[in-house]
Amino acid sequence: MAVTFRARELGFQALNDAVRETSGDITIEDCYGERFIAASAEGKSITINGTPGNALGCYLNGASIVVNGNAQDAVGDTMNDGTIIVHGSAGDALGYAMRGGVVYIKGNSGYRTGIHMKQYKDKRPVIVVGGKTGSFLGEYVAGGLIVVLGIGQDGAAPVGRFTGTGMHGGQIFLRCETPPNDLPSQVVCTKATQEDVASIDAYIRNYALLFGADAAELTRGTFYVLTPNASNPYKQMYVAN
Amino acid sequence: MAVNYVYPDYEVVRNYDKCINCRACERQCANEAHTYVEEIDKVTSDDAKCVNCHRCVSLCPTRALKIVKTDHTFKTNASWSATNINEVYKQAETGGVLLSSMGNPNPFPIYWDKMLLNASQVTNPSIDPLREPMETRVFLGAKSQEIRRDKNGRLIDDTSPHLTLSMPVMFSAMSYGSISYNAHESLARASKELGIFYNTGEGGLHEDFYIYGGNTVVQVASGRFGVHKGYLDAAAAVEIKMGQGAKPGIGGHLPGVKIGEDVSRTRMIPVGADAISPAPHHDIYSIEDLRQLVFSLKEATAYSKPVIVKIAAVHNVAAIASGVARSGADIIAIDGFRGGTGAAPTRIRDNVGIPIELALASVDARLRSEGIRDRVSVVAAGSIRNSADVVKAIALGADAVYIATAAVLALGCHLCRTCNLGNCNWGIATQRPELVKRLNPDVGYKRLVNLMTAWKHEIEEMMGGMGINSIESLKGNRLMLRGVGLNEKELEVLGIKHAGE
Repeated sequence: MAVTFRARELGFQALNDAVRETSGDITIEDCYGERFIAASAEGKSITINGTPGNALGCYLNGASIVVNGNAQDAVGDTMNDGTIIVHGSAGDALGYAMRGGVVYIKGNSGYRTGIHMKQYKDKRPVIVVGGKTGSFLGEYVAGGLIVVLGIGQDGAAPVGRFTGTGMHGGQIFLRCETPPNDLPSQVVCTKATQEDVASIDAYIRNYALLFGADAAELTRGTFYVLTPNASNPYKQMYVAN
Repeated sequence: MAVNYVYPDYEVVRNYDKCINCRACERQCANEAHTYVEEIDKVTSDDAKCVNCHRCVSLCPTRALKIVKTDHTFKTNASWSATNINEVYKQAETGGVLLSSMGNPNPFPIYWDKMLLNASQVTNPSIDPLREPMETRVFLGAKSQEIRRDKNGRLIDDTSPHLTLSMPVMFSAMSYGSISYNAHESLARASKELGIFYNTGEGGLHEDFYIYGGNTVVQVASGRFGVHKGYLDAAAAVEIKMGQGAKPGIGGHLPGVKIGEDVSRTRMIPVGADAISPAPHHDIYSIEDLRQLVFSLKEATAYSKPVIVKIAAVHNVAAIASGVARSGADIIAIDGFRGGTGAAPTRIRDNVGIPIELALASVDARLRSEGIRDRVSVVAAGSIRNSADVVKAIALGADAVYIATAAVLALGCHLCRTCNLGNCNWGIATQRPELVKRLNPDVGYKRLVNLMTAWKHEIEEMMGGMGINSIESLKGNRLMLRGVGLNEKELEVLGIKHAGE
């Protein structure tokens, strides 16, 4: 059964109450920045027409969300499971401490994308961004996968500054001709092999399918893969006192 | 062989007349300070390995052991104490940042000890708590701003979610990982029996302890370890950790070697992976951002439980607390600079932050002056040592206090301040199974219940003496306090008169 809510009439709290009490397919119309939509939601699928506010899908626990529009900050904060698809761009702190599930962003994302991402057992979070991200991409990343496809970037590194600061796990794939020139010493950057690219092929195909891009062309580009530097780990040298 | 510059602070003294070579000390010491030497048929000790935790002393059947402070000394120098000199040696040797455990041990002023309580004489008679009912229950959370009635004149109950405590004390945040499974079990069971709360810290909640969820505060810190829907749903309240008194401005880093199978499950990270929680939440740069996290947690829990924001007591704590009170938080926990820790850089622990007594007094005064004191409850933490400290904290304006050092002392901790080594001989700050099992949770929880029960009686007696029969009438009642040996400024900040005034 499909249910439709009009966000603008309800305001964020009533809207979220209504979403919490409803299972199955939900459509949210007239969305103008209402926050916390689908917080910790599970077992429902939500289509949002408009622009959801901050913390869309925070603590998401298995629900699926499609946004026909842009999303704002903190999409998928501490997300545990589920899917978020944004047919537009997303703001800062996308996927903060995400532990599971998949996020696809058609366009760009802001600062601090995917920071603190971690993986656990069968849970391996994935963020795919079509365009570019802001600075501090993958800061403190402990696990999971971030793919930035660099569409429209003419081969330039599709990131801001300080990518991977404090990275101590996981993988970041960047589709570009030249990798970022300011990577910290905790990060190793290598040109992706065919096997590396094959390992993210399913996500690229999904991206292409969702947003109407050419998967073969995306896969043909050069990728760089960022991983933690095992010989120079992120840690402080201590002496017991 | 490299020269070792550092002479041990403490010496193991063994009375060989009493020692029966049972080797209990050798078996008990995880630091391997004791060794049986077959050739001489004697147990010997290496003072350098001793951390002065008293495990061997307590278990020696003939009381043949004691630990004494060494009288080995440098030339006396008021500026260059042995501590200062030895710390230089350690850093010159290793190039490392000094790492310590438990609270600041240095002789800063302890304001609890410079405040005295009132008692009734002649008029306003004191109350005998054994004969008269005394109310020690407290409710933590936002208070209703106004009383509203429906069209039939009945009260509309729009009270926001509360924690109900049988007495104004809770066990403060200690993560599973920093302390053991048996320590957590002891805290959880004691909280349930006492009708108070314990706090998971930022290490997640072990699946075995979900049954104590009604007495559990779960913590959300910058690394979000173990935070998921089930964890939030299980708890009675959710605490956002912005800071910790022992290390304001410093994050946590549990090294991968301490992430075993069980700790991995509760933190929800792989075995052997580092657990890094940086000091800042990198999505919080303002009170508005904090408000967003507060409300995201309220939304995720359907506004069914209070949200606590814990901050360290730092210079501008009153202004910060005012912001926190406006962030939608229901409870503010303020952690003073003497608060404990499983590990903190020595320089931070010993030099950053301010005393909880001053912080608490100024926060309470500030919130009152802004007319927002009722929007939040205030919990004071960091060096509450006994029931008198509790009573003084409440008279200064706290709704309740958090204790942790006192709680681990009840479990057998001897404050040897080497939690960071992970070799706790008392089974508290360790994950080594053979050490963890030394702490029997059946005994541990009972000792915590005993401690709190004793404190409750003492709180009632002190209240009764003041002629007060309810914690509510003590809260912020600074007339019940007088300072001794404090200067004008200190009295002004504390908002109390000097003794004799």
